[in-house]
Amino acid sequence: MVDIENELRHCCTAESDALMNAPLGYLNDTALQRLVPAEAIVRLESVSKVYPGRHGAPVSALDGIDLAVPQGSVLGVIGRSGAGKSTLIRLVNGLEKPTSGRVIVDGADISALPERALRHARRSIGMIFQHFNLLSSRTAAENVALPLEVAGYDKAAITARVDELLSLVGLADKRNRYPSELSGGQKQRVGIARALATKPKVLLSDEATSALDPETTRSILDLLSRINAELGLTVLLITHEMAVIRSIAKEVAVIDAGRIVEKGDVFDVFTRPQHPVTRSFLADETGRALPPYVADRLRPEAAPGTQAVVRIGFRGPHATDPVLARLARDLNIETNILAGSVDEIAGRPCGTLVIGVPEASLEKTLTFLKHYGLDTEVLGHVA
Amino acid sequence: MSPEMIRLLAGATGETLLMVAISAGLGTLFGLPLGVFLATSGKGELFAAPWANRVLGVVVNATRSTPFIILVVAIIPFTRLIAGTSIGTNAAIVPLTVASTPFIARLIEGAIREVDQGLIEAARAFGASPLQIVLKVLIPEALPGIVLGLTLAVVSLIGFSAMVGAVGGGGLGDLGIRYGYQRFMPEMMLAVVVVLIVLVQALQSLGDILARHLNKRIRHA
Repeated sequence: MVDIENELRHCCTAESDALMNAPLGYLNDTALQRLVPAEAIVRLESVSKVYPGRHGAPVSALDGIDLAVPQGSVLGVIGRSGAGKSTLIRLVNGLEKPTSGRVIVDGADISALPERALRHARRSIGMIFQHFNLLSSRTAAENVALPLEVAGYDKAAITARVDELLSLVGLADKRNRYPSELSGGQKQRVGIARALATKPKVLLSDEATSALDPETTRSILDLLSRINAELGLTVLLITHEMAVIRSIAKEVAVIDAGRIVEKGDVFDVFTRPQHPVTRSFLADETGRALPPYVADRLRPEAAPGTQAVVRIGFRGPHATDPVLARLARDLNIETNILAGSVDEIAGRPCGTLVIGVPEASLEKTLTFLKHYGLDTEVLGHVA
Repeated sequence: MSPEMIRLLAGATGETLLMVAISAGLGTLFGLPLGVFLATSGKGELFAAPWANRVLGVVVNATRSTPFIILVVAIIPFTRLIAGTSIGTNAAIVPLTVASTPFIARLIEGAIREVDQGLIEAARAFGASPLQIVLKVLIPEALPGIVLGLTLAVVSLIGFSAMVGAVGGGGLGDLGIRYGYQRFMPEMMLAVVVVLIVLVQALQSLGDILARHLNKRIRHA
């Protein structure tokens, strides 16, 4: 017999969920770290950015942004083009100055630093770009060496560091190739090695995988995850692809029209999106969209002969619970599976199941599911 | 052709090469920083100085719009001040340099403006100073374009150097005018033209090869 009370006690927060109920594989350092609030290494405090308009009216790119990136985390900012995410990431290394508000990186107010101090501060903030931005006149090794030359390292130190970095990104054998002789993925690896050259504490990723094919994207994201885990480097990335967020970020901020409309743990935002913009980004994710044969016949009111359509959200350890079997066994309610998927987000399992329930059993079913800590949503009724 | 003619031709070729080499060298010396400044001092750029940029732009355009033969005559007092005389090969170097500097500056400005803005952003992002960006990013990346521009400038200078013959400068132009035209020696005129064609062809090929060698944007087999 299942002890519902005991189950419920464990369900108070996502964190404790992951810790107490997760199979061992999911009980990683990240879950433990999350219990201790980490110091924010990047902090934006009510930051606004207004550009002087070309024809009189000023254009507001960012409006009252508050954002904290905890030390050692991977935070993804997602937004449509023109939402202000490029401006946001450029504020962090001072390529853009805020119109108002403060940008604090590693304790220093980037927005107030004089030029010389800002250049010095930038050595501890690496950046990678959508179009890689490598010098065509320099080989892979020479490109990686450039930030070190600029920082005034001596030749021997540069050679040693460049070798180390090229090995880290898996390009030791391509050191003397020019960018024109490298593939897109290899160019981005050189970009990453260059960004890491001066041992930064923060890595900014500006749509770093948007110009790459899906397979290359995955390998670059894996590399970024590895760097985050092994070097403890904090990563702030901007993207317009939800897939990037789900595979690498631990926290996400959704930006729309210059404002952050939703932010939080990636798992929470993916499984319980609140804002319409977030939902539209998630619309293409598997299992959220209703199949057309259900969607077309869906009506808002119950009628004789209809059954209720219920979406069940399985989060964390419950994703693999045999809930429907229990429903049938314990309450003798037979359900009809209409759509569903089980997936893994931010390293934690989650699932969506859309079922048809006899109208008479709807209340009992919802109560039963809520007891298991599952999210339920009645989408409508279908004949 | 008589040995005397060959001797004259060789001497004149040497003078032309000397004039062109020195004026191209000086023109690059002055034109490179001027071109870099023109390319980086616009509004919102690395060394933003929009007013200086505009004033220099006007000066450069004014010099370039003056026909060379008029420039030569117009700056005779300046030539005398620098070279001590206004006649001869050495004196000719002064107007050649004055004419080539703004020309080279514009060519270098063009080559530098071709460099991807993303590279400047990347360099700023890893903490490079504006001067470091110019020396380590802009000039190396623009080098193939700069070499092609300088080749064009040298070829133009060969043409200009023939004109200074008209005001007592030496070189192939002077030889062609005095012997070929004024002494009715068509074979000398022909020889001068042939030497100039060979010279221009050789320099252009050299410039093309060098530029191609420097251009790493294209995959070499």
